[in-house]
Amino acid sequence: MQRWIYLLPLIMVLGLGGLFWSQLGKDPHRIDSVLINQEVPPFDLPPIKGRTEGFASADLLGQVTLVNIFGSWCIACRAEHGFLVDIKASREVPIYGIDWREKDRDAGPAWLARFGDPYTRVGDDPDSKAAIAFGVTGAPESFIVDQRGIIRYKHIGPLTPEVWTRTIRPLIEELRTP
Amino acid sequence: MITEIGHFALILALCVAIAQSVVPMVGAQRGNTAWMDFAAPASIGQLFLVGVSFAALTHAYVTSDFSVLNVAANSHTDKPMLYKVSGVWGNHEGSMLLWVLILALFGGAVGMFGRNLPPGLKARALAVQAMVAVGFLLFVLFTSNPFERIPAEMVPLNGRGLNPLLQDPGLAFHPPFLYLGYVGFSMAFSFAIAALIEGRVDAAWARWVRPWTLAAWCFLTVGIALGSWWAYYELGWGGWWYWDPVENASFMPWLAGTALLHSALVVEKRDGLKAWTVFLAIVTFGLSLLGTFLVRSGVLSSVHAFATDPTRGVFILALLLITIAGSLALFAWRGPSMKAGGLFQPISREGSLLFNNLLMSVGTATVLLGTLFPLLAQAFDYKVSVGPPFFNSVFVPLMVPMIVAMGIGPLLSWKRADLMPALKRLWFVAAMTLGAAALTGVMVGEYLVMSMVGIGLAVWLAGGTLAEFVGRTRLSPKRMAHTPRSAWGMTLAHLGLAVAIAGMTGAGLWEQERVLVMRTGETASIGGFDLTLDGVDSRPGPNYEATRGTFTARRDGDEVVVLTPEKRIYPVEGRPTSEAAIHSMLAGDLYAVIGDPQGDGHVVRLYWNPLVPWMWVGCLIMVAGGTLSLTDRRYRIGAPRRSRLRAAAQPAE
Repeated sequence: MQRWIYLLPLIMVLGLGGLFWSQLGKDPHRIDSVLINQEVPPFDLPPIKGRTEGFASADLLGQVTLVNIFGSWCIACRAEHGFLVDIKASREVPIYGIDWREKDRDAGPAWLARFGDPYTRVGDDPDSKAAIAFGVTGAPESFIVDQRGIIRYKHIGPLTPEVWTRTIRPLIEELRTP
Repeated sequence: MITEIGHFALILALCVAIAQSVVPMVGAQRGNTAWMDFAAPASIGQLFLVGVSFAALTHAYVTSDFSVLNVAANSHTDKPMLYKVSGVWGNHEGSMLLWVLILALFGGAVGMFGRNLPPGLKARALAVQAMVAVGFLLFVLFTSNPFERIPAEMVPLNGRGLNPLLQDPGLAFHPPFLYLGYVGFSMAFSFAIAALIEGRVDAAWARWVRPWTLAAWCFLTVGIALGSWWAYYELGWGGWWYWDPVENASFMPWLAGTALLHSALVVEKRDGLKAWTVFLAIVTFGLSLLGTFLVRSGVLSSVHAFATDPTRGVFILALLLITIAGSLALFAWRGPSMKAGGLFQPISREGSLLFNNLLMSVGTATVLLGTLFPLLAQAFDYKVSVGPPFFNSVFVPLMVPMIVAMGIGPLLSWKRADLMPALKRLWFVAAMTLGAAALTGVMVGEYLVMSMVGIGLAVWLAGGTLAEFVGRTRLSPKRMAHTPRSAWGMTLAHLGLAVAIAGMTGAGLWEQERVLVMRTGETASIGGFDLTLDGVDSRPGPNYEATRGTFTARRDGDEVVVLTPEKRIYPVEGRPTSEAAIHSMLAGDLYAVIGDPQGDGHVVRLYWNPLVPWMWVGCLIMVAGGTLSLTDRRYRIGAPRRSRLRAAAQPAE
């Protein structure tokens, strides 16, 4: 057999080793840069039960928006939910929701009916189509998207008033000033 | 004092390991018997010294000697004895010491029981084993010394405790089993390197490699199952496999090791696939080392990463590169001279083993790619995370043809076979498979296709395995008595996988979950059971405070079981854990978790997890099969007539 086949594994391992070497000491927990300053990947989600409008990437154009990934199964989302309802009430920014990985088509709508519905539009994403496109690592996660549909900020975990006043509100105002 | 003895014994072990890695190797090159014979006593001495060292650290934990930094950082006087002992390996330094101990254990076992090994092979294999030990002993002594003392005036009154999540019987034994598996593959690796140096791989070699690989495989299977089981009941959300980088790190050596077990079989029986088997032995141990590196270097983020220190990362990476790149360089140099012996047709036992070997290797590569891809992307300043959807949509379909072939393969004869007679013997199994899939389709509402495929595969594999067994024994007790234990082992292990596949299908696809706020006296239904919350009370434990909910589960009004999930707060560590209450039945697990109070009730999570116990039972059956195969006669008697083998091996050189 050709000798080079026997060399192949060695070459691959050396390449991999160099890669590891370059990555040592970098902080893997800084995963906030995913897709930042990139366009929202195109998606088109169907509506959740009881709503007529779905949620597609095109809906985000022309305005600054907050995209929030949630699921009725997610305990941290419940902790965050009240705050989202407050934001909705303050009319600061429209919130678009992605209802992620619901096993039961009634669970999401029931959850929103019970705890309040802060979303302008909600897409149903049972097989993680949009969630994967957004590079979601876990729910809840929120993204700030600008008028041109470019992701400007990613927040992992529940949104809190502190993060909001310190980081997100200034960012939204900055994005709105032409 | 005892602590210093432990430290000293470890330094001595390093000296012995250095001698053991040089003297027998040189002896084998020069044909010096006395030098070669040094390997066995050295390996036993090394085992003794590392054993003393490990015992010394255990002593420090058991007596709560907080003048030892490692004990102060990880133990506490209030901890139950089991967790004081398991605390020894519940931290980076101690777990590395355990790693080294197991490495020495396998070397020592070869030294003790390898009497009828060819002397050159034995000397070289033990020397290679010692080289690995030198690397890891240096690592422990220089970067992760578990015997470091705290200056007398700074000795704390009590320790900082052990991560409460780890205070659990399932997890107390998870690392030792996992390491017995990981490190056990070092023996196959050492034999492979020795064979490359000798330039000879033959049936006798395979006969020696296989039992060590099989033993390591059994331990690793137990270790992975324990870890998965622990995640299932301790993390409290009913999941059992997350494709987390560290889970993958243990799964990859398992896959490669499984492939190795099967390709070594071809070397043993048919003298074929030699270079491939040697390559798999290197890869399997390499993946075990990679697992160690990934957990400890902090290059990937994971729930498991418990020691993230760049210096250690650099050291382990260097060790990893020297070991793997060195052995692959040797493989590139000597591998091409390993001429394949027995030729075979694509449709044959070898052919089916090779087919499955390839699928398993591609599967391993897929998992490796998914695990390392975030790192790869990060190197190009692009951040991604790869999650379960990737693995489920790439890895799982790869396993489908593999399981199908697994049902047929054992029915094929060596060298050359006809597919038709085998398929004719399987028409009944095929009918059963279709029937089971159809029945599943009728009963299941969601994930229809995947459910049908999963259950169909389980039935197909079980049926094919049983058909082979019936064909071999014709169910006559006399024939069964003459069936070698390795054949029984294969039957059991394959049946175990079939059971586990059924379990994974049920657990992965049909799980039902409810999250709700319940007040005392309220009832909720799930999976055909009605659960009534009878009350919530507080209860002190030995080193924690627990909030306990009491649920009575009824089915059609008849009481089935009382479930008492707990939420525990560990004041020393300041962390909560949730102890799920699980009632296991043949059909599945009823699983309840109690959460935080909300209003006048508590958040509770209830699950109905169908067929979950099948997964653990399936793993146990697989391990039973492996163990049975390990007791096969031919491994106890050793290599067959050497004269014949020498003659056969000559032209290969």
